[in-house]
Amino acid sequence: MAKKTYSFYPGCSSQTKASSDNYLKSTNSMCKYLDIELKEIPDWNCCGASIGYAEGGELPRITLSARNMALSEQHNPGMDLVATCAACWLSTRESKERLAHSSQTLAEANTALNEAGLTYKGNQAARHMAEVLVEDFGFDELKKGVKNPLQGIKFAGYVGCQTNRPFGLAGESFENPVYLDNLIEAMGGEAVPYDQKVTCCGGALAFSEPEKSQKQIKDIIESAYDHGAEMIVTPCPLCQANVEIYQGEVNKRFGTKFNIPVMYYSQLITIAYGGTAQEAALDGQLVRATKLEEIAKK
Amino acid sequence: MSEKYHNNFLKEVEEMVEEGEWVKMCMQCGVCAGSCPLGPHWAHPPQEIFMMIRAGKREEVLRSDSMWMCTSCYNCVVRCPRKLPITHIMHGLANYAHRLGLSPKNQPTQQFATLFWNNLAQTGRVNELKLSLGIYFKDGFAQGVKNAMAMQSVGLGMVKAKRLNPMELFGGHGVKDKAGFHAMLKKAREIEDRRKNFA
Amino acid sequence: MADMKVAAYICQGCGLGDRLDTAALAGVAKKEGKAALVREHEFLCNAEGVKMIRDDIANEAVTHVMIGACSRRAKTEAFGFTDVAVSRANLREGVIWCQPETDEARETTQEMAEDYIRMGCAEVKKMTLPEGNPAAVTERTVLVVGGGVSGMTAALEASKAGYKVVLVEKSGALGGWAAKLYKRSPGKSPYAEPQDTPVADMDAAIAADANIKVYLNAITSKTSGSPGKFEIEISTESGSTATEKVGAIIQATGFSLYDANNLPELGFGKSANVVDQAGLEALAKAANGGAIKRPSDGGEVKTVVFVQCAGQRDDTGKHLPYCSGSCCSTSVKQAMYFKDSNPDIDTVVIYTDLRMPGNGEDFYRSGQNKGVIFTKGKVSSVEASGNQCKVNFHDLILNDQTAIDNADLVVLATGQVPNSGVDIDTKLKADIAAAAGDNSLLKAYNASQVEGAVQPISVLNLTYRQGPDVPQLKYGFTDSHFICFPYETRRTGIYSAGPVRRPMDMVQAMEDATGAAMKAIQAVENAGLGRAAHPRSGDLSFPKVRLEGCTQCKRCTVECPFGAIDEDEKRFPVFNESRCRRCGTCMGACPVRVISFENYSIDTVGSQLKAVDVPDEFSEKPRILILACENDAYPALDMAAMNRNVYSAFVRIIPVRCLGSVNTIWINDALSSGYDGVMMMGCKHGDDYQCHFVKGSELASYRMSKIGDTLKQMGLEEERVATFEVAITDIERVPQLINDYAAKIQEIGMSPLKGF
Repeated sequence: MAKKTYSFYPGCSSQTKASSDNYLKSTNSMCKYLDIELKEIPDWNCCGASIGYAEGGELPRITLSARNMALSEQHNPGMDLVATCAACWLSTRESKERLAHSSQTLAEANTALNEAGLTYKGNQAARHMAEVLVEDFGFDELKKGVKNPLQGIKFAGYVGCQTNRPFGLAGESFENPVYLDNLIEAMGGEAVPYDQKVTCCGGALAFSEPEKSQKQIKDIIESAYDHGAEMIVTPCPLCQANVEIYQGEVNKRFGTKFNIPVMYYSQLITIAYGGTAQEAALDGQLVRATKLEEIAKK
Repeated sequence: MSEKYHNNFLKEVEEMVEEGEWVKMCMQCGVCAGSCPLGPHWAHPPQEIFMMIRAGKREEVLRSDSMWMCTSCYNCVVRCPRKLPITHIMHGLANYAHRLGLSPKNQPTQQFATLFWNNLAQTGRVNELKLSLGIYFKDGFAQGVKNAMAMQSVGLGMVKAKRLNPMELFGGHGVKDKAGFHAMLKKAREIEDRRKNFA
Repeated sequence: MADMKVAAYICQGCGLGDRLDTAALAGVAKKEGKAALVREHEFLCNAEGVKMIRDDIANEAVTHVMIGACSRRAKTEAFGFTDVAVSRANLREGVIWCQPETDEARETTQEMAEDYIRMGCAEVKKMTLPEGNPAAVTERTVLVVGGGVSGMTAALEASKAGYKVVLVEKSGALGGWAAKLYKRSPGKSPYAEPQDTPVADMDAAIAADANIKVYLNAITSKTSGSPGKFEIEISTESGSTATEKVGAIIQATGFSLYDANNLPELGFGKSANVVDQAGLEALAKAANGGAIKRPSDGGEVKTVVFVQCAGQRDDTGKHLPYCSGSCCSTSVKQAMYFKDSNPDIDTVVIYTDLRMPGNGEDFYRSGQNKGVIFTKGKVSSVEASGNQCKVNFHDLILNDQTAIDNADLVVLATGQVPNSGVDIDTKLKADIAAAAGDNSLLKAYNASQVEGAVQPISVLNLTYRQGPDVPQLKYGFTDSHFICFPYETRRTGIYSAGPVRRPMDMVQAMEDATGAAMKAIQAVENAGLGRAAHPRSGDLSFPKVRLEGCTQCKRCTVECPFGAIDEDEKRFPVFNESRCRRCGTCMGACPVRVISFENYSIDTVGSQLKAVDVPDEFSEKPRILILACENDAYPALDMAAMNRNVYSAFVRIIPVRCLGSVNTIWINDALSSGYDGVMMMGCKHGDDYQCHFVKGSELASYRMSKIGDTLKQMGLEEERVATFEVAITDIERVPQLINDYAAKIQEIGMSPLKGF
């Protein structure tokens, strides 16, 4: 396959030594194996995430994304903008829709962008890395690169919210998207069916309302365990963080004994493609994925 | 003053609240209420909020902490048979109440959301360490130390996994064109405030 | 008529040849069935097999054919000989497919098959080929009673199909309810705005249509005759009368609004500003697109409240218990009258369930878009004070007892009451009981009549023995078979359409009227050919009566579900062939058994059940007779067999046209010939009946409720006769019913009446 190039929007959590540093590292490795070049948007800013709403207001939030898209259009012309973070993708795509939908919003956003010497045109698609894998490669193509199939490992594909709703991947159902399961199977792993595949992890309320949102995390992990999963896999940094980091808290609150690794799909692909534990950033897990580490040693 | 079951408040919401023009289209099926992950914690689920707006219950709506229970999971949005952007309407209502100073004081998500925005607005990118400390210390220094201690093992784990950098406290990530970024945000806010008649 | 010559054909296809000894079956047909000609064939329904039968009819003067093959419901085309009498022995579904394919079962399976051959031969010998009525005539004109949108639609549709129409309208103009409307709810895409009513266009089309003759200010003062030859007396207000001959009738008499005077608690009559939906239409018509004024003082209307389900869906017993299905849409439309003239007017619709049939959901959305406020709630009262009203209600979403204090106008959605004429059913029920010897109902009925209660006015003024109007089901709506034959009333050739049949909106009424026009045309044509209407459509047989044996007991005249039988001055029954649906309920009712059909009679069934070989008491082989309704139970049995659901080998099944046709003599005959039990399988009866002849299964169960005495006299247990309701879908249940009953018979023991 010919080399593919995308305009890359990593987002705040996918920076060096930020909370999804391991997502960034493994994405870079995965792209190396897939011959994808990621051209980072120069001087990108935070998308505002969903939680930015209270103080931000509609136009400032849209303007944040418009700045990223304008920079991308200017510096990485002719490419699709690709995000790895669910919230980054959602904010960008949502802003793109609002800007396309309302000429007033577009004019206002551009007035604000002018202050930073930028103009938004709206000529790039805003996509998630999962879309790139599924649509630009496809499962059959992805399967070809597998050197160390993840045989015998049972994964719970945890799609979560914002890579799934309100946009999601084309052709997928909101209630039971299957692309992540297909991806797991393509890497030689086993995707277990379980009923909390698209349950909310609590999002930002994991910080502000831990009492209320930790039940969400408990339900997700419990269902994964009950259906025999050995690891959880997700495409979203906040899902990953919430479900992994709070296991200790959840165990305290609910008397459970959870200790399940929560991985990114990019880590699975890197390992299956013959990458090292370091390339897959397996050392970035709070709960170590020993079965993947063993495969990586081969 | 808004009269009961007259359109005054509804019209206000339509003008002032993000996606507020959709409120009148709710058909009261309740699917949103049943689809919300934190549903049981809402004093008034979206269905009720919509009815309260139509019933002219301005104070009850804007002072409610219900909208602040939204986790932005978008489940209600994709399930709503009328395709109402419920998540956005909840955000919009919360934002509007917040701007009017009517939202409940010390509502933790409101505090966190404000912290989050101010954090990103400062440098253009979120400083996760300062954000975490900010939320721990929101109720004062003593409580903050306690909260931070409770989460110490998590924090250390993150540092060990190279996913949290203690040095973030002193600077950290950010955009280079800070001046342009700040001017842009200021302008955007100005335009919106003018349009919505905020001082 | 030529001499009877019976030929019996035994098929060996579909596994019959493997599972059965067909040579033995041929022997039975020859020796016991007395068939003059018996042939076996390896594939009877193929072209060669059918040709063999055809040739025998042509060359061997065969007049009666007994086919031992599959169910009478299968291969109807191949075996549909119209020039000979045909009976079918059901060896496939009735024997090999419902019996286990084991060596142990071989004997009982063969016995079953032999019995069905005996039964088929016995039946066919008692049959004659229906001759039809060579004197059948028909008038290709349709009478439409009621000149509203339903009636106008029916008239125009019938005319378009080439039939003449007589349209009778009570008032001075066509249009009915629709003519009172300012606008109608939308009937076409995008279903977003109120539309003009179709009245003016339809009125013009009717005026220009030479096929349609309109009588205004007129009523049908007398309706006599029967389909194909109704004679209608039309009286006009001026006193003149006219007579018209028509082939079929459509009753489209519509509805009246429920009287809002019954709702003083909702402010009606207490304030001029509380109106019903007709009142609001009148105000809107007067305003004609301008601002609708407050009735009390002509003041500006700023707030309008619509109260849904006013006096409807009521569970207190005071008001209408049902939903009228159209008023929600009307309220949305009326709220738009205000919003379209001035969007600042507040319009609140208070509803419990907004019911917007058809594409009404789009219209609802359009109303919301215009800013109509919809509030789920229940209004408890409306208080008038000055020029405004206070509407007290319970907000069901917010669980709030609250009020709208300053409504300038309150509109009550009161719902539809059918204009269906006189309820004849109470009297009819009393007559049926009286004919069966129980006069208590009739006494009560007569007592209720002397109270001087206001009598509803008849619509059709039928001269039928059973009463002047079509029977009603519930709440005064005309009876129709809601699943299978929605337009059919219980009077053949008379169809009801529109809100007189069930509550409905204009879109549905027009569709309904179109359907009724088609049914009316079918009735006209069937009458001309002497054929039955549904469900035995095309049947040429017809009840024959031996009047010399009749005891004038009136059972047939009161029990006929279709009012087909009148009485002459000596109280002898007068059969009206084209009113008859051929169900045989009269035959089942007749205590002296003088009523029969050419191809279905006391003898065709009686000889079958007597033809069965009943083994003696010590054989451990009981015999159970099943009389199964041909519409539901028999197909269910066939389908059970197709699924290879096994049932007892001791049953012998005879299909009947309807359980209503079952004459108790068959039960007596069966029990006295040594059968151990009789099962009757018919359709569900009651208000949500499924009986294809509406009352047949109900009458059967009524008759059977009285059979206990007979059994006692015979010294038999009550369980030996049992009635079951079976639906066509009971494919799993029906074999279970049979097996359970067979087990029960085993328990009770063999009948003591064998061998007498």
